Amino acid sequence: MKYSRLIFANLFRKKIRLLLTLGSFAVALFLFAFLGVIRDSFARGADVAGADRLVVINRTSIINPIPLADRDKILRIPGVASITHDNWFGGTYIDEKNFFPQFVIDPENQRQVFPELIVPEDQWKNFVADRQGAIVGADLVKRFGWKIGDRVPIKTTLYGGGSWEFNIDGIYHGKNPKDDQTQFWFQWDYFEEKVPERVKGQVGWYTLRVKSVDDAVPVAKAIDAEFANSPFETRTQTESAFAANWVKQFGNISFLILAIGTVVFFTLLLVTGNTMAIAVRERTAELAVLKAIGFSDLSVLFFVLAESLVIAIIGGFMGLGLAILAIPYLADALNGRLPALVLTPEVLVLGLLTALLVGVISGLLPGIGAMHMRVVNALRRV
Amino acid sequence: MVPKIIGGFFVTLLAIAALLILLGIVLGLLAPFIGNVPVSYNFRSIRARWTSTIVAVLGIAGTVGVFVAMLSLANGFKATLVASGSPGNALVMRAGSSSEMMGGITLDSVKLVQDAPGIARDVEGPLVTQEVVGVIPFPLITTGTDANVQVRGVSPNVLRIRTFAKIAQGRMFQPGLYELLVGKNATKTYAGLKFGDTVNFSGSTWKVVGIFDAGGSSFDSEVWCDSKLLNEVLKRPDNIFQSVTVHLTSPAAFQQLKDSLVANPQLNVDVMREIDYYAKQSTAMTTLITVLGGLVAAIMAVGAVFGALNTMYSAVSERGREIATMRAVGFSSWNVILSFLFEALLISFAGGILGCLAVLPINGLTTNTMNFQTFSNLAFAFKITFSLLLMGVLFALVMGILGGVFPAIRAARRPVAQALRDL
Repeated sequence: MKYSRLIFANLFRKKIRLLLTLGSFAVALFLFAFLGVIRDSFARGADVAGADRLVVINRTSIINPIPLADRDKILRIPGVASITHDNWFGGTYIDEKNFFPQFVIDPENQRQVFPELIVPEDQWKNFVADRQGAIVGADLVKRFGWKIGDRVPIKTTLYGGGSWEFNIDGIYHGKNPKDDQTQFWFQWDYFEEKVPERVKGQVGWYTLRVKSVDDAVPVAKAIDAEFANSPFETRTQTESAFAANWVKQFGNISFLILAIGTVVFFTLLLVTGNTMAIAVRERTAELAVLKAIGFSDLSVLFFVLAESLVIAIIGGFMGLGLAILAIPYLADALNGRLPALVLTPEVLVLGLLTALLVGVISGLLPGIGAMHMRVVNALRRV
Repeated sequence: MVPKIIGGFFVTLLAIAALLILLGIVLGLLAPFIGNVPVSYNFRSIRARWTSTIVAVLGIAGTVGVFVAMLSLANGFKATLVASGSPGNALVMRAGSSSEMMGGITLDSVKLVQDAPGIARDVEGPLVTQEVVGVIPFPLITTGTDANVQVRGVSPNVLRIRTFAKIAQGRMFQPGLYELLVGKNATKTYAGLKFGDTVNFSGSTWKVVGIFDAGGSSFDSEVWCDSKLLNEVLKRPDNIFQSVTVHLTSPAAFQQLKDSLVANPQLNVDVMREIDYYAKQSTAMTTLITVLGGLVAAIMAVGAVFGALNTMYSAVSERGREIATMRAVGFSSWNVILSFLFEALLISFAGGILGCLAVLPINGLTTNTMNFQTFSNLAFAFKITFSLLLMGVLFALVMGILGGVFPAIRAARRPVAQALRDL
């Protein structure tokens, strides 16, 4: 690049302006990454859902139970590989503000159905042997500063009232950074022993794995047909359909975020476009001299474009770097209100491409103006 | 102790900064009166640099627009839930329940509640509705996918207890019949819940016999039916309800009712004003939207201030000779600063007004979200209030001062002789 010195000399001519323009780029890209992460966080469940997993719920209502006795009937349906069941406990840890999901799990089959949630073998053994044992997600441990061996009381109003005591025996981690690490699991046997008579033998929902992904739809139909016209009709969906449905109920969050993102994008385009226009306007005479001494129209356009692209790239990297540094802290600050915020490479790449696009567009207009400028008119002002 | 001192230090710094900004706004706004640079100078210079000005105005307008939109969302959500409670009603649930979903009150307890003092009565007896709530999936009209609708089993006298709810079309359901009364938002949002429709759920066939209007409260997203039938189809015990709502003889009678119910050894219940219950339900979502909206607006504000700074700095550098001439003919540097502040405020004020105007059309727009407390879908509207708009404009002025003060000082401090030599 034999012209790089000229381009950089021009860049640093107004240092304050350079800093401010870089700053607005960085801020916009930071916001871009932040909004992308939040959008991901709302869409989370749908992204990590296993394609070979089905969720069976009560057809009447998700809050109505299904009998445990249905388990064997489902297992007999061809194509079903393994099945586990969960209940929603809905208890409170000290204060309602400390909301997190508590699931009553089936220790025998939990790990066959959810192999991506990993518990160290020795911790799992302790858990299975301990009636009051609990396994908690890594994010939850961080949020409340728990450690293995802690005794945790959880109040319930759904199941007879009172406070239930649990021992934290293990911590699970997700294989995928997007996996939900905020759950609290405890044993079905302990639950079944303590709940009132009228809810014994009833599970909240089943999750099962099919032998091959192609079987998912026929197996779902077969399950619903099996229980049609029984007192407990079922609705079976793939886990991803179930999660996507859940996400949709949050309303138009994606749309809102897209709208904000668009506003930000255009604001940014205006700010940089304007700065480039001012920079070219101030330098009209110099560009005219360049053309007068023999530089082609295209190379003048190139100078202007290169300048705005350099600003875009540096500003973009600054913003995304800031996002990489700051988002873990923001995630901590928002802990418990949203599923964990994770910055994915897709968001970073998309952000960088956006920055480049803005750089090109904002350099193009003043650049073309400079290209078409008539040397005589411009030099008259020197 | 040490964190407290550091915290206090930051709070003090923030307070000083806020005071300085306020002072700047006041001074800048008073510039036409206390300064002696004519205001027409600012208007002319804005006109001369209209492209930069428009960019700065739009940058600020975008920021203010997002700020107001996010706050109006939180505002609307809260207003919808708060409107759901009436000060003349009280809610009785099992002690320790955080939401109706978790309650459980036996028929015997309901009878004890009915006899408590402070409850209004009419010819048919005490104004008490014992209720059960179910969450039933219905397809959304917009996407065709299922969303959870709160179906509430109520007593037939419910409209005399929730007096703000009125039948808009059709009639009340008949006790003992599979008939539904649908809220006005629910009928618009879900397929198969229009007046006269027949729907199937939980193995029974129901007919929509009426549409009710609950005045923009969260009940508008609900479906009401006979509580005994709902218990039956949901296969729940027929003598257990989830909550009891009573109409008080007067809002002041609340304490009397509460004291009597809590003191009753046969009952184990919490009593709260309906309005407090719904206000509490809204806090989780409102806090989330406010925190997220505040963060986004704050980040955008930094970007907009950069934009304003850029515009004002280039204005200063392009106008170097003008400023020097003004100084040379006798305007003091103080007057130059005031004039520049005024110009920055003018630009940001225009941006603030534009931003507010741009988001006004979303006022009243309804959207849905999930209420975390009940796992059911709730329709609510963006709600823009006058004070929210005022906050938006104030926010714009703050950005204007931050973007204008440094360029203004710079303009005033350039040595006159040197600047004129460039002439």
